[in-house]
This record gives sequence, C-alpha cells and structure tokens, in this order.
Amino acid sequence: MQIIETADLYDAVIVGSGAGGGMAANVLSKAGMRIAVVEAGPYFDPKDPKTQTQMKWSYQSPRRGAGTVRPFGDFDMAYGGWEIEGEPYTTTQGSEFKWFRSRMLGGRTNHWGRISLRFGPRDFKRKDMDGLGDNWPIGYDDVKPYYDKLDKLIGVFGTNEGLPNDPDGFFLPPPKPRLHELYYIKAARKLGVSVIPSRLSILTKRINADRGICYYCGQCARSCNAYADFSSGSCLIFPAQNSGGRIDLFLNAMVRNVSIDKNGKATGVHYINKKDRKEYHLGGKIIVLAASACSTARILLNSKSALHPDGMGNSSGLVGKYLHDSTGSSNMAIIPALLDRKVAYNEDGVGGLHVYSPWWLDNKVLDFPRGYHIEIWGGMGMPAYGFGMNLHKMAKYLGHEAGGYGEMLRKDVKRLYGASIGLAGRGECIAREDNYCELDPEIVDEFGIPVLRFNYTFSDHERNQARHMQKTFAEIFDVLGAEPMWSVPGREGNYGLNKPGEIIHEVGTTRMGNRSQTSVTNQYQQLHDVKNVFITDGGPFVSQADKNCTWTILALAWRTSDYIVEQLKKRNL
Amino acid sequence: MDRREILKAMMLAGFASGTVLQSRCRKSSPSHVDVEDSSGLYGRTPEEMERDKALSEQLSPFSEDEIITLALLCDIILPANMAAPSASDTGVVEFIDFIVRDMPRHELPLKGGLMWLSSLTNQTFGKLFKDLNKNEQLEIVDAIAYPQRARAEMLPGVRFFNLMRDLTLTGYYTSPAGMADLGYQGNSPNVWDGVPEEILRAHKLEYEEDWIRKCVDQTRRHVTAEWDDEGRLLT
Repeated sequence: MQIIETADLYDAVIVGSGAGGGMAANVLSKAGMRIAVVEAGPYFDPKDPKTQTQMKWSYQSPRRGAGTVRPFGDFDMAYGGWEIEGEPYTTTQGSEFKWFRSRMLGGRTNHWGRISLRFGPRDFKRKDMDGLGDNWPIGYDDVKPYYDKLDKLIGVFGTNEGLPNDPDGFFLPPPKPRLHELYYIKAARKLGVSVIPSRLSILTKRINADRGICYYCGQCARSCNAYADFSSGSCLIFPAQNSGGRIDLFLNAMVRNVSIDKNGKATGVHYINKKDRKEYHLGGKIIVLAASACSTARILLNSKSALHPDGMGNSSGLVGKYLHDSTGSSNMAIIPALLDRKVAYNEDGVGGLHVYSPWWLDNKVLDFPRGYHIEIWGGMGMPAYGFGMNLHKMAKYLGHEAGGYGEMLRKDVKRLYGASIGLAGRGECIAREDNYCELDPEIVDEFGIPVLRFNYTFSDHERNQARHMQKTFAEIFDVLGAEPMWSVPGREGNYGLNKPGEIIHEVGTTRMGNRSQTSVTNQYQQLHDVKNVFITDGGPFVSQADKNCTWTILALAWRTSDYIVEQLKKRNL
Repeated sequence: MDRREILKAMMLAGFASGTVLQSRCRKSSPSHVDVEDSSGLYGRTPEEMERDKALSEQLSPFSEDEIITLALLCDIILPANMAAPSASDTGVVEFIDFIVRDMPRHELPLKGGLMWLSSLTNQTFGKLFKDLNKNEQLEIVDAIAYPQRARAEMLPGVRFFNLMRDLTLTGYYTSPAGMADLGYQGNSPNVWDGVPEEILRAHKLEYEEDWIRKCVDQTRRHVTAEWDDEGRLLT
C-alpha cells in the first residue's frame, strides 16, 4: 500500500487531544514549537450550536435522552462508548474489562465528572506504607508546583482543609450544598465520616476573559458552551491557538504506530485517515503519545521494528502491564425526610456533587490496604428516559401498595421525586503485573490495526474494600432512616464492584520508574528506550490513589512538556 | 400512507376519541418550556441523525387497533386532571411507538401483552379491549395493575402492565406538560445560592457558618480570582 507522506516535519506530533494531549499542545506551542495534534475523531467545540446538547430538554430527543446510542444518554458529550463499531477489543477467558473511548477533539474531557483531586504525599509512596505495588520515582513536591499552576490556569473550586493526604490548592469558592447533601453531611458526621466541599474544575468565579462563569445548569457532562468547565479544547487547545500557537489538527486520524529510523530515533507516526481509508505518515521531531493509557500501549506494541521486535519502549516487557482502574461500588436509598418534598426551586447546581467524603480511615487497622472516597448524588434533576420506572417495586418507600394507575400514581411519582440519594465509592486498586492489555494475535480493527486483548481480575484487596464501602453506605442510610435500595451480592459477586474499566480511570500501562528493567518511562514520562518519545496520558501512573486521575495527568503532562522544552534548549533531544 | 402517517391522522382526527382522548385540544404547556423549538436539533452527529431518520421512517410495529389500545391504556394510567393533560395528549403513544423501534427488546413484551389482553377480554366479554365500556376496561385493568394482589393467572398481564406503566410515566414526565406537572424548575441559567430559607426551615436544617463562609459569594463571582501565596482567595 502506498503511504502518503505529509510534507511538513513538525517540531512535535501529539497523538490524542484529551487532557494529556491538550496540555502538551498548549505548553509546547507556547514555547514556539510547531505542533500536529492527531485525533481519531472529529472536530468538537462546546460552543458550536450544531453539536451542543447543553440546555436541551429531554423531549427534544425522540428517545427522551435514553442511552441507546450514547451509553450515558443522548445528551452526554462523548462520541463513542464501551463499544465502537469497527473498533473491537477482546478479553482473555474468564476475565472482564470495559474500555470507554471518546472519538472527538478533547476526548473524554468533554463529558467527565470534573472531579479534580490532587494526589497526596502518601499516594506517591504507598509501597513504603503497605509493601504493595511500587513507589513512584517522584513525590508530591515534584508535582506540587504543577498542581498549583494548573489550579490557576484551569480553575477548580474547593476548600483548603489542611488534610494530610488531600492537599490544599488555589481554589475557587465552592457552591453551597443542596438539600440532600445537607442530609448527607449530618449523617456522615454522626458516623465520623469526614465530608468537605467537593473539588471540581468548574468556574464558580471568573478566572480570565476567555472563559465564562458557571450558570448552574448541572450539565457539565454535556460540555459547557460558556467554557465554564474544563475540557481540553476549550481550556487548552483553543486558547493556545488563539494566542498565536501553531497547532495543526489532524482529525479522524487513527494512529497505528510510531515510525523509527535506523539510529533508533522516532521519526513520526503512521495513521489511517478514517475518511479515505488511506495510510499516511506524519513526520515529527518529538512524539508525544496521549491517546489514553490503553491506546498508547496499543500504539507502542504495534510499533515493532528490528530494533524493537516486541514493540517500541517494551524492552522491559511491561508495556500494557500494571493496568488498573479505580474500584467502584454504589448504592441508593430513599430519604424518608425528602418524601413529598417541596419542588418549587431550581437545584440543578453545578454538574456534579457539591460535597464529598475524602478517605477518612487508616488502612493499618482494616482488612484492605487502600482507601476510597465517596461521591454523593441526588436531587431534583431533569426527568429523562427511565424516570418513573419500577414504581411497582417501591411499595416500602411509598408506605402503601405500589403499582396501580390514575391519580394515586401521580401522587406516588411526586412523592418520590427528588427523595433519593446515591452514594458511590471510588477507590484505589492495587496495580498488578498480571492485570494487563496486550495485542490480540488474531483480531484487527476495520483499519487493519491489531486490537487489544485485556486480562483483569480483582483480588481480595478490592473485594474487601468494596464490602467496606457497602457497609459504610448502609450505615449512612441507616442514620437517614433509609435502607439500601440495591441488594448487594456477596464475595462471589465482588460485593457489587463495577467491572474493571467501568470507572473509566484506567492507568498504569506504561509506568514510570528509575530503572529501564522495571518501568517503561522515566520520571519525565520519556521512554527509556527511545529518547524522543514521551507519554502524557495515564499510562505512566505507578499507582492510582483514591483520587480521580485527570488532575494528575494534566500536572504530569505539563511537567513533561516543560522537560521537553528544557531538553531541546540543552540540545539533548 | 404509511402506518406512521395513519397513526398521526388517527390521532389528529380524534379517531381514538370518546372517553379517553377528550382532553386532546387543551394545550397545556408551562411557560418555562420552549415547546416551539422546531429546530429538531439536539446535537446529533451525522451518523446519529441518519439513525433517527431511519427509525422514524420505519413502519410502525403496531397495528391501528394496537395503537388505539395503547392510547386507552396510557390514559387509564395517567388520565387528565384539572391541572394536567392525559398521557396521550402529551405524546406518550408516539413516544412508545418510537421507543419500540429504538429498543426492539420492548416489542415482543408489548405486542405479546396486547395480544394476551385481547385473549382475556375475548374470553371474558367476547370483545376486544378497545370495544369495552369504561367500567369493563377498568375491571380488566384492576386485575393486572396491582402486582401484590393479582391472581396467578394474571401474571403475564401484570408484567405487561408494569411495562406500560413504566413507559407511560417516562414518556409523560419527560414531556413539557409532564415536567410542569412535576414542578421541575431547572434547565435554565441561574445563580445557585443555596437551598431557599423556608425549605431549610421546613427541614429543620441550616447552613453552618463555618461551611458557608468558604462558599462562593455570588455578588463577587465576576471579580477575577486572585490568591496570595498560601492559596487564600483575595478577591
């Protein structure tokens, strides 16, 4: 097949336009470099009325917002999902993994929960504490300056609480709690579960002239047309372009591999143009892979050459290994005090929780090694597909026979509206070498690129943690006079743990470390084996922490980008 | 005329009129709902638009008789009252007609359930459900609408009616009139400044001074944020 060579040689080719790719594009272009960003999906700007779903009503969708087409519903701003036509993946026998991909400029940052938590000092050195997994080659002090800069550049609300492992920052002021959140605060405190204002990258206050302020529609998952929440396009790529940064976007371009010359230097990437299904080569002096932890591992494993017969950067054999997602387990309840509540006000609030519980216990006295935080959901949201369903199972909450029809049914619906509360635990899963993705030896996607095969199992570390989550939820519900709505399976059902991948925090596939035998990149996320290839997605994470990964992906991507600029100045690359 | 057009014509002509669709002409749309948004846009990709179009052009999975029966059942589940329209008046039948194409898993339970209902009314009254008088219809519905006390031989009907209730409630409360009936106040730009005082009082709750001190002062949200070196907000 003839490969079409792109005439330009870019200073840097960045694969992926999500958090890590956007940050690299922003910093490197500001340093004067000419950048190509290669994205597997179409252009997307949250401001564009043609693609905007924000402020739409459920009835504007004929399926009333159901998840038939987009897994989180019609209005969710992710093009893609767990299954993408033409882009399969497989799993090994007896294991499960769910892989969420978003094919669009900005990637998954357009719909994510904006929960923006710094890792704490302990999170980088967990092995020192419990002997499990590995320490990071860096510590909190290495990343802190970047978290600080990030808070100011992108904006995140929260509060300085002086907690030992949930560091303070430069926060915008948080919104006041909603009614169900006030009930949660009361109940949690009674049990000694700490609860503080949440930390979300949503602008409750102006940070610059380019971005608007939150207008409390509660729809960050739809991506904000005022640019009042963080997405990679609105906060990193567009501002860099607008201030003179030279960034060319290569869209609908599916990268297959990184090319290399005979001296072992990366020369660019091969990609398939999804529109004409032809193969192109795009030349770059620096290659930044930010395609998401698993996609980047796939690209590296597909980058086989005489110098790298097992794939690029894989002399350690660890590309794809140590894959880990956050753990998740949830439950729901009806708060009796919220039955028949007064509906007469708008409590959409920001797109997510106004309060949360950071990990509050000491694992030394528990039967699982790592912590979790609790996210709180509820309130009087906009009805969408699914609203009112299963009412016939709600007798014990209604206090009378459930089912029926007519006026009683109307009353029952109103009685329950806004009365539920959902609690979701999000915890740390220990990174293990035997949880991994690898190339499937037989299957290719529609572009002829070998696909990933996943292998992932839980251990008792995660199961015991999930059991503890459910016990905590039940205790909180009990204080509220409620009981868990979902019956939780026992050990055989992993105590309700979400399937691996379902929390969409997958990281660890190209972990960083000081030694090339036991890690894929160095602490600057530079491949040990190929000096001009860097990774700025979640791949280099050594461990996940009981935090969400995006804020740390962004901080490390910035740190790596600074390092690239500095090394170029020193002529080391 | 395809079946979808027949369905529309039927509805417009009040074909399924009589007891259940009498309130069709009453337009009830809450002021905060932009019902007139005729752009048809809800942010679709070209592929999604194509899919929606293909689904809407498919033949309806339901016969005319089935549509009439669906409408009757929807309006028994949610009839009009003084303040709110009936289910069929808010487009619930059209919603069900679409959702079965969108989610084919609903087709068999609905079509089979309708057939089961016909068999029952044929045996009991020698008529189809739609041809029963209101009291007879309610007698049948009472036998399948209450899962906890339904007789064992009615369980297929209970299952069918549960699904009808689910789809009717969802279709209704996601419509403009349904949201108004529920009292949903959101999906409009606003400045959240906490739970209204009288609601807090009714729940015997209050905002703690320590917590609220840290929260956003909405009068200063337009003032650009600045911090000291310790992360204390100065503005």
